[in-house]
Amino acid sequence: MKSTLMRAGYKKVSRQMNDVFLQFASKVIFFLIVMFAFNLFFAGHYTPGGGFVGGLLGASAVVLLLIAFDRKTVHKMMPIDYRFMITLGLVFAGVVPTLSFLFGTPFFQHQFTYVEVPILQELSLHTAVLFDIGVFLTVMGACLLIITLVAEEKA
Amino acid sequence: MTLIHLAILLPIIAAVIVGLSKKYSKRIHTGWLVLPVPLLIVIYFLTLIPDVNRHDVLYHSMNVMPNIGLNFDVYVDGLGLLFAILISGIGALVVLYSIGYLSHREDLTSFYIYLLIFMTAMLGVVLNDNVLGLYLFWELTSISSFLLIAFWYNRERSLYGATKSMLITMGGGFLMLGGFLSLYLITGSFSIREMIAQVDLIQASELAPIAIVLILLGAFTKSAQFPFYIWLPDAMEAPTPVSAYLHSATMVKAGLYLVARFTPIFAFSELWVWLILLTGLITLAWASFNAVKQDDLKAMLAFSTVSQLGLIMSLLGLGALGVHTGAAEELFTVAIVAAVFHLINHATFKGALFMLVGIIDHESGTRSLKRLGGLMTIMPITGTMTAITAASMAGLPPFNGFLSKEMFLEVMVNIRHADFSFLSDVSILFPILAVFGSIFTFIYSVILFKEVFLGKETEDTPKTPHEAPWLMLASPLILSLLVIVFGLFPNILSQTIIDPAAMGILGTTTALDTQIYHWHGFDSPALWLTVFIIVSGTLLYMTRHHWMFIYEYHKEHFTLNYLYDRGLVYSRISSKQLNDKFVNGNVSHYLAYVLGFFVIVSIYTFIVNGMAIDIRTASPITLQEMIVVTIILIALAGILVVKSRMVALILLGSIGFSMALLFVMFRSADLGLTQLAIETVTTTIFLLVFSKLPDKESYKYSVKLNIPHLIISVGVALTAIIIGYSAYSNRLFDPISQFHIDNVYDLAAGGNMVNVILVDFRGFDTLFETLVFAIAGLGVYSMMRLRLNTKKEGDDHEEHIDESRL
Repeated sequence: MKSTLMRAGYKKVSRQMNDVFLQFASKVIFFLIVMFAFNLFFAGHYTPGGGFVGGLLGASAVVLLLIAFDRKTVHKMMPIDYRFMITLGLVFAGVVPTLSFLFGTPFFQHQFTYVEVPILQELSLHTAVLFDIGVFLTVMGACLLIITLVAEEKA
Repeated sequence: MTLIHLAILLPIIAAVIVGLSKKYSKRIHTGWLVLPVPLLIVIYFLTLIPDVNRHDVLYHSMNVMPNIGLNFDVYVDGLGLLFAILISGIGALVVLYSIGYLSHREDLTSFYIYLLIFMTAMLGVVLNDNVLGLYLFWELTSISSFLLIAFWYNRERSLYGATKSMLITMGGGFLMLGGFLSLYLITGSFSIREMIAQVDLIQASELAPIAIVLILLGAFTKSAQFPFYIWLPDAMEAPTPVSAYLHSATMVKAGLYLVARFTPIFAFSELWVWLILLTGLITLAWASFNAVKQDDLKAMLAFSTVSQLGLIMSLLGLGALGVHTGAAEELFTVAIVAAVFHLINHATFKGALFMLVGIIDHESGTRSLKRLGGLMTIMPITGTMTAITAASMAGLPPFNGFLSKEMFLEVMVNIRHADFSFLSDVSILFPILAVFGSIFTFIYSVILFKEVFLGKETEDTPKTPHEAPWLMLASPLILSLLVIVFGLFPNILSQTIIDPAAMGILGTTTALDTQIYHWHGFDSPALWLTVFIIVSGTLLYMTRHHWMFIYEYHKEHFTLNYLYDRGLVYSRISSKQLNDKFVNGNVSHYLAYVLGFFVIVSIYTFIVNGMAIDIRTASPITLQEMIVVTIILIALAGILVVKSRMVALILLGSIGFSMALLFVMFRSADLGLTQLAIETVTTTIFLLVFSKLPDKESYKYSVKLNIPHLIISVGVALTAIIIGYSAYSNRLFDPISQFHIDNVYDLAAGGNMVNVILVDFRGFDTLFETLVFAIAGLGVYSMMRLRLNTKKEGDDHEEHIDESRL
């Protein structure tokens, strides 16, 4: 196991190769950040947040894992091809605006409705969320793609 | 969204399905999945014929971006319907043919996706009433044509042909957009129907000649008219089904469609008539003359297509005269009818010929005339069909090509009866050019059949030729049958398809009652011209070895291709020189250019327009703000003086986080959040590239006084301050934010204005920003991958040495 930082050329890091504290903490913190990222993403329409910030935060959560472990381990944890993530994001961002034609409205006119859900009370459904998923995925994918590549390159 | 919209969009929807079903369609040829699409569309459009003949208005609007006038308005009249039937009908035959032509080993999914995209694009062009929408679909045809020509992308000639066709047709399309915009400036509408209604306004406008020239450039580049035809012969590198479909039957006719569609608008202009008539006739003569010397069968057909397009173009030019003046109107109405009729005929015989040449290529392995010969006994069906279609192309009775060619000759001769001052002097020129072109058309039609199928059998072919399977013969067979049927019974077309299309071009609703006859009597000049063409064509063919040397006088340096190639090389060299001068890899230089330009432009604006600053309206500065700003300033000064790069990095990070704090203080939580996240990610990237930066020894941190840099940085700071203050102190108009505040809940059902602006109000910006982000990510990916690969090869090499040492 070769830590990401060591691959990036930090010689002294080798001593911390099994940094139990960092690795353990990052496993916990990772989920906290991801939860926060999702919270920001979904809350975006009413309170601060949104796809862009959510995507960045999601990327930084993975970056934390990358620093604590190495790229291979992270890939084992989450076998995601970031290029596919970008593609998926672009599909969402590109297709959702055209869905408005199905409703007979001009390009990019979002549709929304309110649904009564027991326990959760009134729930707002909005196609803008689908568009924002596209932004989220593209931003996260592009950030991670660049970072893993930079980390992979030997000094 | 109506059925017509759906019919236009069906192919592109099918393309998505074909792309997704890639994994599951291994056993069956993808073509069988695609075939129902054009079939369904052609059946649907055939059912519309009675509606169009009753003059029902088939106009359906669909708002896309109503604010800028971009709508997807379909308008089906005779002209649009004719093209739609051609596109989907020939499309179905081509798909059927391609199932036999392309083997499983090829990348079939990509091929059919491109083909389906093209189908949608082409249908969108011919059924659109909105010129902006028309332009978008027009460019989409160029793009799909590019992709299809480059289908065998590992061949150099394919890439060359694809680039050439895209550069020329897209360049023309862009000019055409200029023409559309000038029409918009005149009429204030993007709708073609409304433009036709306001023709008086266009007639009076000074912009009209500009619009005419620009739109015609678009049409001429697309329809491969002289001198832009040079892309079409090179486009023949595409697979033969593509050549038959795009580069003969449909896409190259888009230019003709455009000219026909704008005839009611521009027919008043002599410029319009002259440009179209002359370009068409010169193209006809020049291309048919050049077709004779070709050795490659497909190249010969390409030149033949160019010349036939010129023929139809010249007919449309003459037809405009019918709208131009009341006098001799009927004479020129015939020209329009002939144009429409020949358009259909050309699609049938040329589509069939391309497929037949594809069969010859497929079964014998070569398209070179020198290596082919005596195939009639081996491929009797292909040979017979070639004879029929080539005869139609040459204008021999009783096939359909004869009828339209005769109408063409008649119109060309009858020009002299028209009493237009500007025609009388040169009117003799038109029949001469027409007959000249027709003679050479006759010669290459004879060559095409005789050299390939008659004569001695050659052993020269790479493969042993044999008759093609029925799957490949079916499509040309249907087209050949149509050639015969339309030739014998032309009047099944005349009332149902030709008349409505001609009326669509002329913009009238009065019935034309066209009747097409084979026999016009002995006093018909067209008859004698046909006889003359056949006789002199035969004579010239027999003696061709004695006059073919004239082609050698055509020096390479004077060809248009030479000009194109040199132009491409020089533009590449000069842009590289310019690029090298400014893009030298030094970031501080780039910043100097950008910021210096910013300062100069702002100062110029201040001087010219003046400015006013009122500090009193500014809000008071609080203590917390002062503290944060002081931190930023200290950190900034620190970056300049610290020796360690790590410290500099930390200081840079502290500036970013202080900025986030400032944002929070000004109650813009979204910006603060984003700033925080971005700061985290960029710092990580910085950490990772940190060790790869040049060593400290080789890069000295020194704060030397650099006067130009000092001036620029002080200038930028001052400009930013001035702009900030003056923007705040002068409220010249109501801020846009009020609109967002008022509508954020009602229109977008949101609470957070920033986010609603991002995903809804200004969602289009976000869409493209997302695209930029993705392109940046993939760009970095490909650049790093290239470097990694070269490095890896080096590493392998080293390891190899190590092992050998052991």
